[in-house]
Amino acid sequence: MIQLEAPFTEEKIRSLKVGDMVEISGIVYTGRDAVHKWLHEGHEPPVSLKDAIIYHCGPVVMKKKGKWVVTAAGPTTSTREEPYQADIIEKHGLRAVIGKGGMGEKTRQACEKFGCVYLHAVGGAAQVLAESIQEVENVYLLEKFGSPEAIWQLRVKSFPVVVTIDAHGRSLHKEIEAESAQKLNSLMTSIKK
Amino acid sequence: MAMNSALQKKVLESFIEIIRKTSVDLPGDVVDAIQSGRKQEPEDSRGKYAMCIIEKNIDLARVKSQPLCQDTGSILFFVHYPRKLDGEVLGKLIRKAVVQATKKGYLRQNSVDSLTGKNNGTNVGPGTPTLHLEPWSKEFFDIRLILKGGGCENVGAQYSLPDSRIGAGRDLAGVKKCLLDAVQQAQGKGCGPGVLGVTIGGDRATGYLHTKEQFLRKMNDKNKIPALAQLETEVLAEANQLGIGPMGFGGKTTLMGVKIGALNRVPASFFVSVSYMCWAYRRQGAKVSIKGDIQKWLY
Ligand code: SF4
Repeated sequence: MIQLEAPFTEEKIRSLKVGDMVEISGIVYTGRDAVHKWLHEGHEPPVSLKDAIIYHCGPVVMKKKGKWVVTAAGPTTSTREEPYQADIIEKHGLRAVIGKGGMGEKTRQACEKFGCVYLHAVGGAAQVLAESIQEVENVYLLEKFGSPEAIWQLRVKSFPVVVTIDAHGRSLHKEIEAESAQKLNSLMTSIKK
Repeated sequence: MAMNSALQKKVLESFIEIIRKTSVDLPGDVVDAIQSGRKQEPEDSRGKYAMCIIEKNIDLARVKSQPLCQDTGSILFFVHYPRKLDGEVLGKLIRKAVVQATKKGYLRQNSVDSLTGKNNGTNVGPGTPTLHLEPWSKEFFDIRLILKGGGCENVGAQYSLPDSRIGAGRDLAGVKKCLLDAVQQAQGKGCGPGVLGVTIGGDRATGYLHTKEQFLRKMNDKNKIPALAQLETEVLAEANQLGIGPMGFGGKTTLMGVKIGALNRVPASFFVSVSYMCWAYRRQGAKVSIKGDIQKWLY
């Protein structure tokens, strides 16, 4: 198990490899469809995303005794941000993207070029992931986009993920897809009537 | 028979409890399958890591009485009720239970108007929840509920045989090709390891409907039709050779189960319908007395 702790420097990020199991501690910012589209349109983020981690997540956040508390925080499907992600990595200097389901070629290339990684969280593990959020430190664009789509600044501890796209051009998704396609092929040809 | 208000109140409470339990507590047979999946994955592997997190999540959700996954999915009710009761009133009660369970946070606000994109926050609207209500001669209710997430619903597939892309003809060998292809296509999406619900035959609508009914079966049951029982075993073993693994991280546990049913078809059509259920396989059921009390959990 690798511990990835803030600050998230390029050096730390480049030392990660596809397949590494990682626990993140520090700040992550949530951002999903609305935020990605909006940044892509050229708006400046309300908080600097330089060396930051963005999390594809629409959390369930409740106010308890005047404080924000996250009650569920699983990842959402990342491919929806594929058209925007590479540009945002380049322009704003993101160091990691957390989500589920992997991302495509453009993002893989941007990760390699600009020193970023894609970290796969366990889909559906809403409760485990909520437990590793220690504090909601801030929220941005809440009025504009509503709760699930806002940028939530979360302080996390030991947030579990797997590196599936690294900063050296490798993608676990691509590799497993190719291997399973080959295996499927041989299974298909051996199926007898 | 009209349902008096005391009975309505009881039945409503029972429905809310069934929804709560379905959303926060996976049935034992599914938990067992997840455990054996975890044991199969090698030490220090990514597959094991994912399975351990999944198990921890299952325990936490139960203890905290909070939804297991934040996508509480499509709400699919399968209900048998005593013939002498009023089905229309029952339908209204179920919708009411859904609204209240949503208010209590057991269900996410998950029902969106397809034209306007609006969400009225109640989970009730055209087509949601889905109710299958059947009167029967018995003196109690059999109430079953499945919550099926959107991510895994998106990777369902329907094949019309013959299918030249995958070389599948109109026989069980062709069906098997469809199923292996569907699993390979679904990889990385739909939060595996998963379970396939399959219908051979029917039309496009009944085929998919029947795939959902397959999910009412227990993981460890055996198909009563020998040819299908064999096909289930074979597809499970072969799909697990694909190496996709939990979450698509690679590994042995790609599927935890395969459940296949067959319906008659018209001679011109031969559909194979496949629904994919994620590891968050939320299914519960209860026997409810005619007085409205939960007497026994069914899974
Ligand atoms: S596919 Fe299942 S586990 Fe994954 S996010 Fe959807 S409902 Fe949750």
